[in-house]
Parts: sequence; structure tokens; C-alpha cells
Amino acid sequence: MTIPTLSIRNLHKSFANHEVLKGIDLDAHKGDVISILGASGSGKSTLLRCVNLLETPTSGDIWVNGELIQMKQDKKRGAIPVSSKQVERIRSRLAMVFQGFNLWSHMTVIENVIEAPVHVLAVPKKEAIAKAEAILQRVGLYEKKDYFPGQLSGGQQQRVAIARALAVEPDVMLFDEPTSALDPELVGEVLNVMHGLADEGRTMLVVTHEMSFARDVSSKVLFLHQGLVEEEGKPEIVFKNPSSERFKKFISSVY
Amino acid sequence: MLELQSYQTILLEGAWLTVQVALLSLLLAIFLGLLGALAKLSHSTILKGIATLYTTAIRGIPDLILMLLIFFGGQMLVNDLSYRLNGWLNEVAMHFIPTHQWSAFLPDYIDISPYFAGIITIGFIFGAYMAETFRGAIMSVEKGQLEAATAYGMNRYKIFTRVMFPQMMRHALPGIGNNWLVLLKTTALVSIIGLQDMVKIAGDAAGSTQKPFTFYLAVAFIYLFFTSVSTTFLKWAERKYTIRTR
Repeated sequence: MTIPTLSIRNLHKSFANHEVLKGIDLDAHKGDVISILGASGSGKSTLLRCVNLLETPTSGDIWVNGELIQMKQDKKRGAIPVSSKQVERIRSRLAMVFQGFNLWSHMTVIENVIEAPVHVLAVPKKEAIAKAEAILQRVGLYEKKDYFPGQLSGGQQQRVAIARALAVEPDVMLFDEPTSALDPELVGEVLNVMHGLADEGRTMLVVTHEMSFARDVSSKVLFLHQGLVEEEGKPEIVFKNPSSERFKKFISSVY
Repeated sequence: MLELQSYQTILLEGAWLTVQVALLSLLLAIFLGLLGALAKLSHSTILKGIATLYTTAIRGIPDLILMLLIFFGGQMLVNDLSYRLNGWLNEVAMHFIPTHQWSAFLPDYIDISPYFAGIITIGFIFGAYMAETFRGAIMSVEKGQLEAATAYGMNRYKIFTRVMFPQMMRHALPGIGNNWLVLLKTTALVSIIGLQDMVKIAGDAAGSTQKPFTFYLAVAFIYLFFTSVSTTFLKWAERKYTIRTR
């Protein structure tokens, strides 16, 4: 067995007295595309945000490429990372695509794409620009490279956000409902790009409501309910023969 | 007008001094303002308390009174400190060397120049106003912008310099601009503590020539010139930091 690219064990997360995640296990191997489904409030976004420590897990372990993110208990703040350096390094290996794009609005498209390579990974600027241009070609936005995010449509912004993620050559790409903020006619262009990434063997964790993506593109589906994994497996199996009554209801309600 | 011509050089020197005091005060104010804003937004109750005390006191006391307090009070404080420190150093010296004769390790009397007193006072006053400006500006930066920076592995310093600062500036600039105009005009107060700025020079000239209107009008025009140049520059800066949208 190879070491999983991402491994999560017994992950718990509480906000004040409300426990959102109640013990999640997850393994992602290289090339896995895992769709995380669930009703709102099921904890799926929180799970994704715990992976790169945008939310600090209350307890549990996260390994990235076999490296455990070291946590310790603080009297006042609860669980906190031991080393912010380690967390920053690991974050730079996990690229996130947000629901609301979150492109840096004071930078042009190309500046957004080269920002992390140049200022976090210390890639020489010329090299970063050449690579960014190639990536922008690929998502079909090379012509817009000197535009500001505010001058683009939602679908275009999300494709730039994907380009920004690709530019750091991440070990895992984290997608947090990437199409939920888009007008229906713009969803397709973003899903197409994501489909292409899956086909070329990128490791992806995708929180989504797009059933077609979960069924046709992902290699594994995870259905969360009230902070626990209610159903998991290959899409062709779980969509045909769901073992959980809730997941059955969920897919019939979404279709 | 002849009087004005004979005072031209010295008046312009005073104007230059005004510009220096204003710019250096601005630097200090921006520095203190950033510190104040970060303290107010921090999780530490102590830092928050100090910052709140600072802004409340400054905003509630007239600039003129503050200027006099800091100039005279500061003078007394520095001299008192220096006196006590001298006494203490001498005692230590006596303890180790019994034959030691009392001597002034530090100068007996330190004179704070009106130049620095002015800069410190004005910087201190406007730092409080800047703190409020910056606090609002920092709070208006979208959370998602900072979250993206965090998610891509930036450390706190990088998040501040690469994302927070350029984004807060566009919210802060109108406020900084207003503060700067008021600050520039407040420099007229330093003439009270004896700095030879253009207001003081105009006052002296008005006294000896009996032509107050001429000189104060000249000073008024110089101030108007400074503020007009500033306004133009601020408009340019605001355009630079505006975020382009469709």
C-alpha cells in the first residue's frame, strides 16, 4: 500500500457547544477525486476547511503525504497547531477553490495566479509568469490575463481561481462548493475544467451539490449527515444501491 | 507689499519648516494609528484598553491644551527623570567608590526643542484619529480575501503586506486625506511653543510692520496652496487604489 496523499482520522470539530463533525475518517490516494455530499449543515464545508486548517479541528489527526500536522492543547484556545511554519508549508501544498472565488481584487488575473508561487514558494517571477500564462491558456482565459477579477463573470473568476490553485502544483485540490455561487448557465464551464483536471489524475476533494459531477467524474463519494459519514463508496455503486435510506432520499430530492 | 517682499525669504523658510513638521507628524501619526488600530482589533484586553484610553483622551481634549501639556509636561518629565537618574547613578557610584564626588552623569537640564515637541505632539494627536480610520479600513476588508491568503500558505506578515494593506488603503485613503488636511492646518499651533514656522514669522512681521492683514493673508494663501496640492495628490492616490470592476 502506498502512503495516502491525504489521511484523516477521527476528526472532530465543535463550535462553542455545537459539535459539527463527530469523528470523520478519510483517505485520499493520488489521483482520487472524492465528492463530499450532504445537506446544508451536515458539516461538509467544515470538513474541507479543517483539512487546511482554516478551521482548527477540536481533535483528530490529519496527515498530508505521510506527515502528521502536529497539534497541542492550549488552555484558553483549545487545540492549536504546534508550529505555524508547518501549517503554512502544508497549506501551500493544498490549494483551495472557494465558493465565492476570493480572488484578490486588487491584483490582475495574472498577478493572482503568480502570487502564491512567487511570494510563498519563492519561484522566480519570470518562471512563474510563463507557467501562469500556460495555465491560463488551459482554462481559456489567457486573453483576460491583465483584467481585474471584478471585470470578469463569475464563471471566469472561478476558472481563474482554479488556475491560481493549479499554479502551486498542489498535492490535493480542495473545492468548496465551486459552482454554488454561479448563475446556472456558467456552471458548465467550471465543471468542464474540473472534469479535465480529474481526467489528468489530480487528487481532488470536492464539496458539491452537483450530482452529475459526483456520479460521473468522482472516484469516490462521501455522504455526510449530522457530522458523520453516512454513506461512502464508488459512485456507480452508491448511486445505484445506496445502503442508507437518507442518502437514497437525498439523491432523489436533488434530482 | 514692500514689507512682504523684505520678509519673503524668511517667510518661505517658515513655510518649509511647516511642511517638515507636517510630514514628519504624518509619519508618526500613521505609525501610531496602525499600532492603535491593530491593538483595538487584537484579542488582548490590555492592548485594547490602552488603545481605547489613547483615542478617548486625545479626541476629548483640545489640540491646543494637548500641545501645551506635552511641551511643558514633557519638558518637566524628562528633566525630572534625568534628575532622579543622576541621583540614583551617584548613589550607586558612592556605594562602590567611597571617594566618589557627586557629578552629573546625565545633563542637568535637557531642553526639548519646539521642533520635536511639535512633531511628537501633532503625531500623537493625529495617531488617535488615524487609529479610528485604520480600524474601520481593516474591518472593511472582506474576510474571504484574507482567507484565500491564509489558504495559500502566507504567513501573518505576508498576509498583511500583500493583501491586507493594499486592500485597506483604498478604504483608508479618504480618511487619511481628511486627517492630513486637518493635521497640516494644526501645525499653526506649533508657533505657540516658539517654533519659527510661517505663522510665528508672520506674527512677528505683522508686529514690527503694523501690517497684520498682509502677512496673515500671505500665510493663508500658502496654506491654501499646500492643501490644494495635497488634494490633487490624494485624488490621484485614491484612483490608484480603486479596484476596477465592470
